[in-house]
Amino acid sequence: MAKTYQAGVKEYRATYWEPNYTPKESDVLACFKVTPQPGIDREEVAAAVAAESSTGTWTTVWTDLLTDLNYYKGRAYRIEDVPGSDAEFYAFIAYPIDLFESGSIVNVFTSLVGNVFGFKALRAIRLEDIRFPLAYVTTCDGPPHGIQVERDMMNKYGRPMLGCTIKPKLGLSAKNYGRAVYEALRGGLDFTKDDENVNSQPFMNWKQRFDFCQEAIEKAERETGERKGHYLNVTAATAEEMIKRAEYAKEIGTPIIMTDYITAGFSAHTSISRFCKENGILLHVHRAMHGVIDRNPHHGIHFRVLAKILRLMGGDHLHSGTVVGKLEGDRTATLGWIDIMREEYVKEDRSRGIMFDQDFGYMPGMIPVASGGIHVWHMPALVNIFGDDSVLQFGGGTLGHPWGNAAGACANRVALEACVKARNEGAELEKEGGNILRAAGEHSPELKIALETWKEIRFEFDTVDKLDVAHK
Amino acid sequence: MSQVQDYKSRVSDPASRKFETFSYLPAMSDAEIRKQVEYIVSQGWNPAVEHTEPQYLMDNYWYMWKLPLFGETDVDVVLAECKACHEANPGNHVRLIGYDNLKQSQGASMVIYRGNTK
Repeated sequence: MAKTYQAGVKEYRATYWEPNYTPKESDVLACFKVTPQPGIDREEVAAAVAAESSTGTWTTVWTDLLTDLNYYKGRAYRIEDVPGSDAEFYAFIAYPIDLFESGSIVNVFTSLVGNVFGFKALRAIRLEDIRFPLAYVTTCDGPPHGIQVERDMMNKYGRPMLGCTIKPKLGLSAKNYGRAVYEALRGGLDFTKDDENVNSQPFMNWKQRFDFCQEAIEKAERETGERKGHYLNVTAATAEEMIKRAEYAKEIGTPIIMTDYITAGFSAHTSISRFCKENGILLHVHRAMHGVIDRNPHHGIHFRVLAKILRLMGGDHLHSGTVVGKLEGDRTATLGWIDIMREEYVKEDRSRGIMFDQDFGYMPGMIPVASGGIHVWHMPALVNIFGDDSVLQFGGGTLGHPWGNAAGACANRVALEACVKARNEGAELEKEGGNILRAAGEHSPELKIALETWKEIRFEFDTVDKLDVAHK
Repeated sequence: MSQVQDYKSRVSDPASRKFETFSYLPAMSDAEIRKQVEYIVSQGWNPAVEHTEPQYLMDNYWYMWKLPLFGETDVDVVLAECKACHEANPGNHVRLIGYDNLKQSQGASMVIYRGNTK
């Protein structure tokens, strides 16, 4: 029976709150943490979020009756308390898959975190997690190569890879910058990295940087007999310019480039990722600006969501936080989003903040990159937390070595290998790490002096675990 | 503060070449090699042995020693093949691989006998 048109404002809940709805396999599911304005009940707010992030607007319109709104609308189907907070609640919303253009995270996000984030009935709202149906996942490009292909391309097996961001981040000439790259690579690192804001400034044009860094890579490879790479940052003001720089990187035969996926924009980033896939170039991804979006526990987007959408848009590496360095993160939450980066199937696990099962199907994984404020004494914990499928990046912890970059790189490489070897032999790294490093330092003067330069940290399982409790 | 030391690595010196995982540590003793074989077996990986002349270190494909030891869990059998490969090719690098067929990758790869780089 056809409906009649009645102008006016209806309560959102009349249309968008369906507590008896069973989400379909093909639905996109989202969990928002919502802080409503005082006096508005939860069901109405949840329904409003569903409406404003899908088909609804504030008033009834006659054209609603020209479509099957009941099919296209988003539905709030569940409300839950947030542990430890009375002011907030979780709203679970299901969206039919055909609300979204296939393979377009841009489109999904314009709906899900669009106008609704400025909605007046909300004091704050945070997207905590999102479940992409496998049917949607398979429409996305995914990582250009993935973990196994990168290992084969770089010939790195059975250990985490080692990197280093070149510092000072701004102001070096291209030739001096390439020198720093060469020294770090010849000392034993697998990768060096442009900083996120190194693009093409007056003091260092991108093309000269690419040329000098490539020479550094090639010489370090001849010298060490190992494969090397430097993440050449192609981020620029326009997508066309980014593609141009990526084309040049390909021309000179460099193995890996990088983008800043948030500041560059999702569309430009995805274009580069596709370029990388088509041209056999690895893609490192930096997350500059994520803190603006993911740091406030009440408002914004959780990092696990930013990580998940990057995996769909495409990237081979993504910065993940270190748990142990200057940028401390909640250990269990970090382990949760590391799973989202690497695993084929991630189960719902509230203790890690994961609200939905997520099936990635055949989509390859990304390598988490631990970078920031870490030094050689953190190595045992990092190897234990991140495992082999990771890149551990020591910036100051390489370049700040008293004998220079090559010795600093060598110290980190010796420490890494000593930890991996001990782990394989059955050692508990986070308890025995101090002795493992000191013993390795007996065979390596570079490591020995590094251990004296940086302050020993305590080796106890629960030192890092305590962060988890402190956060709650 | 100690004196700054030179980093002794030269393109012209074959002894400066490294060979990936564990090449920055001292060469492994027989007991240490045994522990790594035990690790590979305990992970459920398939052991394999490869070797190459040191000057062809960077090639993707080294010479396979026979075939990978599919399903072999006897550490002594694996060690005997490593040793046999080394004795038949004394100047070559010999590496031990653990093939992880589920990840379609190598879970481990390490040079256990170092070739002649003089």
